[in-house]
Amino acid sequence: MKQFFSFVKKEFYHILRDKRTMLILLGMPIVQIIIFGFALTNEVKNAKIAVLDNSKDLATVAIIQQIKASGYFDIEKNISGGDDINTAFKEGKIKMVMVFPQDFNKDLHHFNKATVQLIADASDPNVANTLTNYATAIIMNYQKRITNDLALPYTINTEIRMLYNPQLEGAYSFVPGVMAMVLMLVCTMMTAITIAREKETGTMEVLLVSPVMPLKIVIAKAVPYLLISIINIGSILLLSVYVLNVPINGSLLLLIGASILFTLTSLALGLLISSVTDSQRTAMFIALIGLFLPTVMLSGFMFPIENMPWPLRLFSNIVPAKWFYTIVKTVMIKGVGFSMIWKEVLLLAGMMTFFLALSIKTFKIRLA
Amino acid sequence: MEIEKPIVVEGLTKKFGDFIAVNSISFEVKKGEIFGFLGANGAGKTTAMRMLCGLSRPTSGKATVAGFDVYHQTENIKKNIGYMSQRFSLYEDLTVKENIRFYAGIYGKSNSFIREKTSVILKDLQLENTADKLVKSLPLGWKQKLAFSVAIFHNPEIVFLDEPTGGVDPVARREFWAMIYKAAALGITVFVTTHYMDEAEYCNRVSIMVDGHIEAMDSPQNLKKEYSSASMEEVFLTLARKAVRSDE
Repeated sequence: MKQFFSFVKKEFYHILRDKRTMLILLGMPIVQIIIFGFALTNEVKNAKIAVLDNSKDLATVAIIQQIKASGYFDIEKNISGGDDINTAFKEGKIKMVMVFPQDFNKDLHHFNKATVQLIADASDPNVANTLTNYATAIIMNYQKRITNDLALPYTINTEIRMLYNPQLEGAYSFVPGVMAMVLMLVCTMMTAITIAREKETGTMEVLLVSPVMPLKIVIAKAVPYLLISIINIGSILLLSVYVLNVPINGSLLLLIGASILFTLTSLALGLLISSVTDSQRTAMFIALIGLFLPTVMLSGFMFPIENMPWPLRLFSNIVPAKWFYTIVKTVMIKGVGFSMIWKEVLLLAGMMTFFLALSIKTFKIRLA
Repeated sequence: MEIEKPIVVEGLTKKFGDFIAVNSISFEVKKGEIFGFLGANGAGKTTAMRMLCGLSRPTSGKATVAGFDVYHQTENIKKNIGYMSQRFSLYEDLTVKENIRFYAGIYGKSNSFIREKTSVILKDLQLENTADKLVKSLPLGWKQKLAFSVAIFHNPEIVFLDEPTGGVDPVARREFWAMIYKAAALGITVFVTTHYMDEAEYCNRVSIMVDGHIEAMDSPQNLKKEYSSASMEEVFLTLARKAVRSDE
C-alpha cells in the first residue's frame, strides 16, 4: 500500500508542477459550457432585415409592426425598389428582405388572397431557414387574427407539446455532450500521454525493474485523473444547473455514478493506447483522432445518429460516449431511474472491463 | 543469507524467432565484484541484462540472480537489485528529495529509514542546499550521481548499470567511478555495461560479447596480456572486428 501511495503522490506532483496543463484540464469544461451555453445557439435574435413595402397600407403596416415587436428581427432599412434588394444583400448586413406587392390589403380583402415574398440570404442555410420560419409564423398569426370572426368550417388544430425540454433549450442536449467530451479528453488523452512520457524518458524501465506490480503502476497513474474528472463532473453540473438552468430531473447519485463509470472506461482506453505506443506524440494523435472525433461526431450530441448511413450507425455502437450520452440525457433530462438505463450501464461496464483486460495483456506481452 | 555468487549464469539463451540474440552465455560474478559487460551495439548486452533483471524470459539455460531463479522468482530478484540506465532515470519535475522518497517508497522502505538515509546521501553528494530544487536544474553529472545513489538506496545485492556515464564529462565520470568503488566496498555487486574502454580498465573483470556469445572474459590485465595489447580499447577492437552482426 505504501508503494501505491508514494506512486500516487508522485503523479500528483507531476500534475501540480505543470500549472498550464492543470489549468487547461480544470478550466476546459468551464469554458466549454460557457461557450456552448452562450455563444453557440441555433436561435436567431435581432436579425437585420430590410422591407420593401410597395403597398404601405393598413395590413402591411400591421404586419411590419408585429415583425418588429417579435424581437427576432431588426428592421435595418426600408428600401424602395426591386434593384435595391440585391445591393442590400451584397452589403452583407441584411439577412432577409420582406417584399409586399402593391395593393396588398386590397387584394387580401377583395380576392381573399395576397402574397408576401420572403427573400433570405441562404449562404447560411440554417439561419435562412430559421428566419423564414419565424416570419411565416408571424404572418400566419396576423392572418388568424383578422379571420377570427369568420371561422372556417373545418379546422385541424395541431397542439404541440415539447416534452422534457419545453423551451427547446439547446443546453439540454449539449450539457451531456460536453460532459462526454471533457471526460474523454481528460482521461483518455492524459493517461495515454503520461504513460508514454515515462517510456520516452526511460523512467518506465526503472519502474519495471523495481518490485512494483505493473498493474499498480497503471492504477496509480489513473487515480489523479479520476479525481480531476470528478471535479470536472461537479463543475459541469453546477454550471448547468445554476448558470444554464438545466434541471437535474433524475437521481444525482445515479448521474454521478454513471459519470464515474464512463470516466473509468475512458481511463481504460487511455491505458490501452499507452500500452501500444512509445511516444507522447503518437499517444496524443491516437487519442485525438481515434477517440475524440468519434466522441464528438458519433455520440449523437452534434449530429443525429438515426440519419447516418448504416456503417456509421453500426460503428457508433462501439463509441462509449454514445452510451454515456444516452445515460446522461435520460437521467438528467427525462428524470427516469436505473431501470431505464441498465442496458447502457452494462454496456459501458463491459467495455471498461474489455479495454482494461486488453491493456494489461498487451502491457505484459511487451515485457517478454 | 549471505550469497557468495550473486550472479550465476549457465548456457543462458534468448531467441527472437530465428534470431539468436544471446547464444548460450555462461559466467559467474562474485560478491562485491565490479563486473564489466562489454560489447558492440547489437552484440546482445542489453538483452542479456534484461533477462538478469527479470524483464525478459530466457528461451533456455539457467541463471540465478541474488540466489533467485530468473524464470520463477523474478519478483524476488527485483526486490534485491538496483537498476540505472543510460537514459536518465529520475523525474525532472520532481525535487531531489521527492525523487529519493519516491524510489525508496516503491521499494517499501520505512519512513525512518528513508529519512536517515536521505540525509546521508544528500551529505555525500553535497546536495544539501539543493534538496528542494527540481532535478531539472541540476547538471547532468550530478543527476547521474544522484541516480546511482537512488539505485542503491535500498541496499540491493546487485546493481545493474546500463551505460551509466553516457554523455558525461571525464571529471564527472571519474567521480562516478569513485562512487561505484565505494558501493562495491560495501559489498554491493556491480554489473556495468559501458562504451568507454578507459572505464573497462576500472573493472575487476570484464566480459566481451560478440554476436550473442561471450568472446573473452578475464581481468583487464590478463586480457591485455592475452591479446598483447596496450589498452582495453585495442583488445575490444580486435574482438569486435570478428562481429558479423551490425546494429540491432
